Amino acid sequence: MKQFMVFVRKEFYHVFRDRRTLLILFGLPVMQILLFGYALTTEIKNAEIIIVDHAGDVASQQLTTMIAASKYFDISASVLSDEDIYKSFKKGKVKCAVVFPIGFGNDLLHGQTAQIQLIADAADPNTAKTLTNYLTAIIADYQQQINPTAAIPMRIEPVTRMLYNPELNGSMNFVPGVMALVLMIICTTLTSVSIVREKEMGTMEILLVSPFKPTYVVLAKAVPYLALSMIDLIIILLLSVFLLDMPIRGNIILLFLESTLFIICCLSLGLLISSVTRTQQIAMMVSMMGMMLPTILFTGFIFPLENMPLPLQLISNLVPSRWFYVIIKAVMLKGLGIGVIWKETLVLAGMTTALLVISIKSFKTRLS
Amino acid sequence: MSEKAIVCKDLTKRFGDFVAVNHISFDVDKGEIFGFLGANGAGKTTAMRMLCGLSYPTSGEATVAGYNVFKQQEAIKRNIGYMSQKFSLYESLTVRENIRFYGGVYGLSDKQLKEKGDELITKLGLEKEAKMMVGSLPLGWKQKLAFSVAIIHQPRIVFLDEPTGGVDPVTRRQFWDLIYDAAANGITVFVTTHYMDEAEYCNRISIMVDGRIDALDSPANLKKQYDAASMNEVFYALARTAKRSAD
Repeated sequence: MKQFMVFVRKEFYHVFRDRRTLLILFGLPVMQILLFGYALTTEIKNAEIIIVDHAGDVASQQLTTMIAASKYFDISASVLSDEDIYKSFKKGKVKCAVVFPIGFGNDLLHGQTAQIQLIADAADPNTAKTLTNYLTAIIADYQQQINPTAAIPMRIEPVTRMLYNPELNGSMNFVPGVMALVLMIICTTLTSVSIVREKEMGTMEILLVSPFKPTYVVLAKAVPYLALSMIDLIIILLLSVFLLDMPIRGNIILLFLESTLFIICCLSLGLLISSVTRTQQIAMMVSMMGMMLPTILFTGFIFPLENMPLPLQLISNLVPSRWFYVIIKAVMLKGLGIGVIWKETLVLAGMTTALLVISIKSFKTRLS
Repeated sequence: MSEKAIVCKDLTKRFGDFVAVNHISFDVDKGEIFGFLGANGAGKTTAMRMLCGLSYPTSGEATVAGYNVFKQQEAIKRNIGYMSQKFSLYESLTVRENIRFYGGVYGLSDKQLKEKGDELITKLGLEKEAKMMVGSLPLGWKQKLAFSVAIIHQPRIVFLDEPTGGVDPVTRRQFWDLIYDAAANGITVFVTTHYMDEAEYCNRISIMVDGRIDALDSPANLKKQYDAASMNEVFYALARTAKRSAD
């Protein structure tokens, strides 16, 4: 046991004296959380639009005011000529134009039907769609206001309620995904690089000739990184709760236990990578590049897994972070207990055991 | 000599069809400095790895410090020290931290670590450098330090795998002073080297060719036997007979 502690202490010296490791360990999670939490969001706020009011009557004024009041839009200009509309689109800043035809109010009051034209910059189809949806909703609202007792005898009024995330806050979706991504990359990279470094330096041989058992060498490597990853986990959670307003609705102990399981799973993967690679560079490449892409693709926080072709969905089952993402969303956002996520937990536990057994085995066989 | 540090009999290691070590037999006496020579690829490292408990022999018998290489690898590991051709201390740890780490891995108590550490640092004249990172020391000092650390737990045998590679002649001489010191303290030294002047420092040497031991005697006797002026000539005479090419 004392030998074990000697080893663990040495490992901490390594970490705290290597600026590169420290940067990966503490810089990466903070950067990723901030980046994904703030910069990368699918929400559209304050999109610039222009109003082309050929009518200039009460109705068009009222509707314009409603649009301006919404947080989604900023009216950047009012123009009249078609030429000006296309000019502003070409500049690229304006995302959408709302065109009121001559006699808009009149048509609405007397003819019962009035037309309004929405022109959107569909170079980015998603944004264009979202914006026109928002505008249509505002127009429908206005319609309701002006004739609350509409003469339609029967109508269905959908009342939508967004569960767990009523504000449709994008970071709610991203943060659990980023947690999975960051932990995955840090744990695999650091463990694999630290073991391969010992091989490269020749110190591994000395350790193996010592009475210290090979299995202990592997475990003594994993323990410090488990501790450091837990610190990372706490940093990520603090950032997401206090900076990105993420709720933690479920049991926090359960959250930590599940995260620990996931961290151990990633550490084992790192051990496996280290036993099949020879140089630090390759270990770094495999664990960073090799893990980053599958994690981003197959976790489901950017691209919904349900929309993928079946073979890809099957592949996604092999990615540990995919299961962790489900678990963490259930616990953090929905406040669910182990009763709902036992299946995912079991899968993760199975993966961890398998990876650990394989990596210790391959570590041993490479020696004899 | 009553006690044998290493006894080998028909020790063999095969990798598939390739016989890396082919029925070698030799004894090493306690306190002896035993030179283990051979061209690259002759099987030196493989033989040494078997004796250190890093790999199992395919056949044959061997005891190291009285322990069987098949059944008592753990006991062997506790009783040997090892230093490889690659520099084997941690560069980002200070001199003292390295001593504490390696001593600790061999189970030395805190008190022993302190005493041994002080003794070692004084002996090498590293008082000023004790708190410096090992990475900033000159190579020669690193090698001397690595050797001292390898025997900090007072092993019965120390295995040195080309310990003086890339070191200047003056430092090499100093390094050998340390080896003589260790041998005088009863530690058996098993050393591989490429430098023939170093071979002359050994009590006895063996020369491996193609996995076999083709010569084994004191340097003086070998020179007489091969009618050579220096160990260099002895080595070339034997190495020329090799059929296996070095990789």
